[in-house]
Amino acid sequence: MNKRSDQIQIEQVDSSRRSFIGAAVGTSAAVLAPGVVIHALADGQPRAEAVTAKVRWGMMVDANKCAGDCTACVDACDTENGIDLMHKPEGQSDEKFVQQKPSWMRKVKLKDNLTGRQSSLPMLCQHCEYPPCVDVCPTGASFRRADGIVLVDRHDCIGCRYCMMACPYHARSFLHDTVTVKPTRAPRGKGCVESCNFCVHRLDNGETTTACQDACAKDGHKAIVFGDLNDPQSPVSQALKDQPNRQIRADLQLNTGVRYSGV
Amino acid sequence: MTSAKRIDQTLFVVLFSAVVGVLSGCSSGVEGLGNREGSLAGESGRQCVKPRDEIRRDHMELIKHQRDETVRKGIRASDHKLASCIECHVRHDDDEGQPVPVNAPGQFCASCHQYAAVGLACFQCHATVPTDDVPHAPATASHGLQGDVIAQEKGTEQ
Repeated sequence: MNKRSDQIQIEQVDSSRRSFIGAAVGTSAAVLAPGVVIHALADGQPRAEAVTAKVRWGMMVDANKCAGDCTACVDACDTENGIDLMHKPEGQSDEKFVQQKPSWMRKVKLKDNLTGRQSSLPMLCQHCEYPPCVDVCPTGASFRRADGIVLVDRHDCIGCRYCMMACPYHARSFLHDTVTVKPTRAPRGKGCVESCNFCVHRLDNGETTTACQDACAKDGHKAIVFGDLNDPQSPVSQALKDQPNRQIRADLQLNTGVRYSGV
Repeated sequence: MTSAKRIDQTLFVVLFSAVVGVLSGCSSGVEGLGNREGSLAGESGRQCVKPRDEIRRDHMELIKHQRDETVRKGIRASDHKLASCIECHVRHDDDEGQPVPVNAPGQFCASCHQYAAVGLACFQCHATVPTDDVPHAPATASHGLQGDVIAQEKGTEQ
């Protein structure tokens, strides 16, 4: 160890300076605190303040309630984000189109080889707390927002697809072809990588549900519950508390925002 | 110095100043860009968010700043949204009232960008016409667009 650490000079604490700083901080906190409360997002209003870590968006998917053949969540996601507007380019084979078509949400069928039990679960971006896609992105396009959403800033994405390789959940898709029709709410274009963003365009405009959650509830299954993980009273927090649930690939210690029950 | 060389020099100076004078006169006539068939004027009758000279000069900076605010910080309540520009400046096909993509030749963006030879990458990703999911869309409503533009593309009623 460095012997110089034994020779640190301890300065005499200036108590008058300390009390001045304390008073200054106290006064500014008293002035700012009411403003901090007022700037909470009003329902249905586009966000005017930057997101903070006060909210962490997350989801619980109950595989027991998920009906095997139902694809309501996938269809809703495709419609919400303009994926259903993509058409096969001329001259391309059907197989290639299907293989390369982006999918932000997909159904995965699981079968236990020993018991033969089959279950189905929707797989989407897990919005990890420690996302591998963010670690590998060379431009910083793949990033984790303060409120827990992991998304791609397509202005910075160069389409290298390193994030697609890094993601353990195969959540990311690459756009191979020109997007001719796109909704205003979900800009997306050729050459960039994209994935589920928890319907960020809805959340930033004051809504609190995702398209997949709404579709699943509308179909009566209610297998998807979305909400604020930091709020112990939110439906998703209650669901996570009530039912045993786990992360997929918990061994990777990514602290995902999407948890599964019944798997 | 020979007189021939002198004459050449004088001629050069005169011609050069004339060319420079004409060009500098031209640059102050950027006003001319705005008069193409009224394609730059918004149809909704609303004022642009900034004075015309400022927006011409600074719109790229505004857009670049706003995109970081929106994507990284989630801020959507802003005067500088690309969607608002499109909503206001999109023109409608006289025959059927269909919105014409805002980056098509002769339309809002192209009328300056073609002249300036500056490429436009925005619309590789961003919608070129307002779609009904934009929070406020008075211009499209006034032109009698039925339902979602995207639904029309698909041929289904929304």
